[in-house]
Amino acid sequence: MTNIEKYNEAFIESFGVTAEQLPSLAYQEIPEWDSVGHMQLIAALEDAFDIMFDTDDIIDFNSYEKGKEFMAKYEVEL
Amino acid sequence: MAFSLEEVLALEPYSLGKEEKRALYIRALSELTRVHAGSCREYCRILEVLGHDFTSDVAPENQPMLPVRLFKKYELHSVPREEIAKVMTSSGTSGQQVSKIFLDKRNVRAQTRVLTEIIGSFIGKKRLPLIILDTALVKKERAMFSARGAGIVGFTMFGRDVIYALDEDMNLNIPEVQAFLEKHMGEKILLFGYTYMIWQYVVQAMREAGIKFAVENGVLFHIGGWKKLKAQAVSPQRFNESIFETLGNVSIHNYYGMAEQLGSVFVECEHGHMHCSIYSDVLIRRPGDFSVANPGEKGLIELMSLLPTSYPGHVLLTEDEGEILGEDDCLCGRLGKYFKIHGRMAGAELRGCSDTYEQR
Repeated sequence: MTNIEKYNEAFIESFGVTAEQLPSLAYQEIPEWDSVGHMQLIAALEDAFDIMFDTDDIIDFNSYEKGKEFMAKYEVEL
Repeated sequence: MAFSLEEVLALEPYSLGKEEKRALYIRALSELTRVHAGSCREYCRILEVLGHDFTSDVAPENQPMLPVRLFKKYELHSVPREEIAKVMTSSGTSGQQVSKIFLDKRNVRAQTRVLTEIIGSFIGKKRLPLIILDTALVKKERAMFSARGAGIVGFTMFGRDVIYALDEDMNLNIPEVQAFLEKHMGEKILLFGYTYMIWQYVVQAMREAGIKFAVENGVLFHIGGWKKLKAQAVSPQRFNESIFETLGNVSIHNYYGMAEQLGSVFVECEHGHMHCSIYSDVLIRRPGDFSVANPGEKGLIELMSLLPTSYPGHVLLTEDEGEILGEDDCLCGRLGKYFKIHGRMAGAELRGCSDTYEQR
């Protein structure tokens, strides 16, 4: 699996969404991406890429697109 | 100058001395009062009845305060209903009305960020292995959040590799906790829970089972009322000693906060004093005439928070009794007021946060 596939899979698995929904996905825009879902997503991404987010970045990770910037910060190339 | 939370977030959480903090609070609370008066009809009406002129800045002690129970009777919000992202409820014991706190995205985010700043100042920005001394109940009740559930979810942010020590029936999962401690041997461990739950379902359960955990380097944050513990004659000192005895080498921070003002919590320092951060402040009021009490004098606790923007909860009169111990001069070095809580004021309605699990 490529990195972008792993990235997408974390959202699909955590929120039960389809690939088509991903680009517009944002925190609190769907019921599944609430604060509980958020920590599930963070855990899924950390497992998939063997990284650990800072707490500040967890808070600022608020959309599918924005999240990509953070992956770069943790040296994950998508 | 208009107030923005960003300017405060740029500071360290315990870095403002008396004069600076007062200047900030005159400006910030007055601004919040104006914002809420302009966008919450009921709040505006209350100010009219009180004859409060919100056009000019006033001292914090002259800000109109709302009794917390008002949030049980009325749905107070300062943003349109469709912008509300979450309705937080205080988990009053059965048969009582619960508070409803209306939060929009901006307010939720502010709460999260501030909680991170405050707790982070005690444990650092690095996330730690975390044991939640509670059940994973939050995963079931997601739509309508109770303060208890929200507290747990809010805290999971500080953890990496999170376990819940209690199962659905409140039984302590001893092997799982032991395995977790072995896995993270040599690391600093974070623990979180509600005071009464920890006492009843962790400490007591371990005593009955005759076992001890050997936490080498732990930090425990616990929150919730002492009412039920007092009834069992459990003092904070006895609570702490029991934690050392059953869990191991753990530094303990009790903290205080309420559903009506999540985020801007008050954390006990290593000297056992509850501290105001720059995000919140405390005043003690004499119950007879609501005048401001002197340091060392017991009275009703009034809480001020810079966070509430989507509901008019920035200045609240609680039903808790407390006293100011000092300001800017705690031995721990943190600036701001520090205080002591004596519990619910006699005659006040019973309410609780950690106390809502009904014993069967």
